[in-house]
Amino acid sequence: MPSWGDIVEVLLLQNYNTRLVVLSTTLLGIAAGLVGSFLLLRKRSLMGDALSHATLPGVTIAFAIMVALGGDGKSLPGLLLGATISGIAGIATMLLIRNTTRLRDDVAMGFVLSVFFGIGVAALAMVSRVPGGNAAGLESFIYGKTASMIQSDFIIIAAVAGIASLVSLALLKEFLLLCFDDGFASSQGWPTLWLDIALLALVTAVTVIGLQAVGLILVIAFLITPPTAARFWTNRLLPMLLLSAIIGGVSGWLGASISALTPKLPAGAVIVLVAAVVFLISMLFAPARGVFPRIARHSHLRRKVDRQHLLRAAYEILESLAGDDEVRNTPFPIEALQLKRAWSQRQLKRVLRIARREDHLEPAGSGFLRLSEPGFGEAARITRNHRLWERYLIKYADIAPSHVDRDADLVEHILGAELVSELEADLETEIDERELTVPVPASPHLIQTEPPAEA
Amino acid sequence: MHSESLKSQSTFPPKSTEPRPEHPPEVPLAIHDLTVAYHRKPVLWDVELNIPEGKLVGIVGPNGAGKSTLLKACLDLIPKTSGWAHIYGKPYRKARHLVAYVPQRESVDWDFPVTALDVVAMGSYRRLGWFRRVSRKENDRARDALDQVGIAHLADRQINQLSGGQQQRVFLARALMQDAELYLMDEPFAAVDAATEEAIVILLRSLSERGKTCLVVHHDLATVTNYFDWLVLLNMRVVASGPAEETFTRENLQKTYGGKLSLLEKAAEALRHSIE
Repeated sequence: MPSWGDIVEVLLLQNYNTRLVVLSTTLLGIAAGLVGSFLLLRKRSLMGDALSHATLPGVTIAFAIMVALGGDGKSLPGLLLGATISGIAGIATMLLIRNTTRLRDDVAMGFVLSVFFGIGVAALAMVSRVPGGNAAGLESFIYGKTASMIQSDFIIIAAVAGIASLVSLALLKEFLLLCFDDGFASSQGWPTLWLDIALLALVTAVTVIGLQAVGLILVIAFLITPPTAARFWTNRLLPMLLLSAIIGGVSGWLGASISALTPKLPAGAVIVLVAAVVFLISMLFAPARGVFPRIARHSHLRRKVDRQHLLRAAYEILESLAGDDEVRNTPFPIEALQLKRAWSQRQLKRVLRIARREDHLEPAGSGFLRLSEPGFGEAARITRNHRLWERYLIKYADIAPSHVDRDADLVEHILGAELVSELEADLETEIDERELTVPVPASPHLIQTEPPAEA
Repeated sequence: MHSESLKSQSTFPPKSTEPRPEHPPEVPLAIHDLTVAYHRKPVLWDVELNIPEGKLVGIVGPNGAGKSTLLKACLDLIPKTSGWAHIYGKPYRKARHLVAYVPQRESVDWDFPVTALDVVAMGSYRRLGWFRRVSRKENDRARDALDQVGIAHLADRQINQLSGGQQQRVFLARALMQDAELYLMDEPFAAVDAATEEAIVILLRSLSERGKTCLVVHHDLATVTNYFDWLVLLNMRVVASGPAEETFTRENLQKTYGGKLSLLEKAAEALRHSIE
């Protein structure tokens, strides 16, 4: 276990050996977060995956050439140049397949991904047997490894990451148009082909500089996970981009630091796992689009609907008890409630518990219930809204009075005060004098007192 | 120009040898000898059209008749096998500022992280040019355009929270932002609510009153003569084109819809018999 001192040292970039690596993966993460957002919105994630796998032949061939020329073959710029060339060759092959045959995109991508990776693995096996060259470090391009980094390598990675970030922000408006509506974009004279090429060039740049630290298998996750996580938090593009850059940067920083402190863990895997944790948290808890907040909103609405059903049922029972007299808040039997709606024992218990918690109901002797003062007011208001809405549906939606209850049920629960006053104004002529003086208009249909048939 | 004619001569069907007629620049859209093919299967064949200025033009035809393709070919979105389409006497690439395009609503993913206002502002991107951000002035114009289609209050709503009709209005507002002379609209009435349909009709009329020309792909034969004052009946070829009242004849529809319409008519006939 590393000591606290070590941990702080690495995280704060004070450790000379790991500083450059941690800093480079942080910058890489920011660039990947920005570029990846557009890749995701353009729905080209799989293309990025094919691209990264297609870099392997280039890495090994570049190594072989450099050894043949008398070097040790480990010059990072040389290897990355090879990776770029074969990555582009992979994309070109894919476009060639797509445009000359009728094969679908995903087939072309799957083909390029596997064939280029296969060539790369075979070439790797061959160069490792070439005398004079030590190919031992080349596998790190597959899984990624935080080796100590020399300054000139760091400068290349930082410069490319910086340029990629700036370009993707500068082309924000153009990329937005391309990703949202490419047909409209080209009708407006925007060079969509060149914009697509620019986007792929940015993806290639980020992929290639990410090869060493993250590895070619996992670099696509570094491009896609941060924007996907960011999307859960926001519905606007700019906040999504910035959040995605932050998530990418933090993943790169934390991931590389953890990996540097526990040398057996490959950096690529740790970085991607950190990003994945952020993704998981976002997916589950992000207020805008997360799973739990959505479930909470749904169940909140359901509770509200249940409560309103209960109060309206109670009010209608009181109406039938009052007969032709004014409706008054008197105790009523619990069974009557059960007859009004198709509630099971358990549902009824739950609904009653909610209503009691909100002080809308109070027990009134065994088997009897009574609405509280605020509960009675609320019940009258809800019943009134329900009937206004029913009348509106009958008047405008042409629904038979006998069917209207069910349809009114769905919408009435979300009627705001504004809509209700609109309804009142609209239905003024429909409701007769007597009903207007009474807070609740009469129901437009026969109210069921028998239990509804089991569904 | 030379390479264009050389290229089209080697294609199928052979280009007609008659000299290219000169169109005066006041014709908003002139199409000559237009043929478009997907995978060597022709979708449009020998289309000849002259659309007069200030007209509300409905393009009507059965599914697969090439209605959308016609618009896309005019906008250089798909390659023409032969022929050309001129906008106010110029090829499209020189007349882009005169044309606004409303694609089909389903052609984009509406679960996209932008607001209604953002989408409408896209109509100003051409004016802004490269790298420049949407200015306050353009945002005000975008709000204005949303107001014209009756949904100014939804400007800051995320687009996936809009109904289909509202999404369609956002697209129309984006076209209004372009301040064009010729509007090409692909099925703006498809699957919209009655209120939106009415709003679109009012918008089309006001555009036409201001001398703008609108080409609208439409599929509802019942409303054709109410909405449009010029009709193009299309089924791979132009079956008829002219003032709506004169063109919307039984004979022309029969030619456009062929067997499909007669089947419908038989069904209607059978229904009438069973009622009597």
